[in-house]
Amino acid sequence: MARIAGIDLPKNKRGVIGLTYIYGIGNSSSKKILEKAGVDLNKKVQDWDDDDLSKIRKIINEEFKIEGALRSEVQLHIKRLMDIGCYRGVRHRSGLPLRGQRTKNNSRTRKGRKKTVANKKKVTK
Amino acid sequence: MSRSLKKPPFVHYKLQLRVDTAQQSGKKAVIKTWSRASMITPDFVGLTIAVHNGNKFIPVYVTENMVGHKLGEFSPTRNFRGHAGNKKDKGKR
Repeated sequence: MARIAGIDLPKNKRGVIGLTYIYGIGNSSSKKILEKAGVDLNKKVQDWDDDDLSKIRKIINEEFKIEGALRSEVQLHIKRLMDIGCYRGVRHRSGLPLRGQRTKNNSRTRKGRKKTVANKKKVTK
Repeated sequence: MSRSLKKPPFVHYKLQLRVDTAQQSGKKAVIKTWSRASMITPDFVGLTIAVHNGNKFIPVYVTENMVGHKLGEFSPTRNFRGHAGNKKDKGKR
């Protein structure tokens, strides 16, 4: 079982895909890491030997910000927006979309599950 | 799309003049402006700028963190007061 940065990688997936299970590593950075480590992209995670693994760990440690550190950095950016009281910060505070999307319908990702208003009056024509 | 890097950040020309004079003569009175599209440059830090929101001027005290944002971001044009009949919101009015 390959374990990098406190995350268990899925052992029967290709290396490029397996690395993307780490927060902060997507397809392109995963490819870059494996190329730099000289590991075949199609090699399954379970077939990595200790040498491959240590090389990959080293590259990730030196060049990438992942998991907890990255999450806290993102939170810090959001906190800065909220502190200066700019429009984006206000939207973060009220849990609404930041980039001018409509909020009459949809935006359920930001707003969460639908809150039904009891006894909402029907519009009569 | 972001602004071309060969251009300097946009600051309304008369606003820039007023900021310069304010900074040279020490902290001065509030500067009123309608130029919501002007970017906040490091010159602005420490000044209070009253930014028009279409109705009135909202005073904005510029801090270090705000550099790189536009003035309009700090002067909301809409004010959501809550839905009708929502008891939770009513206290805010």
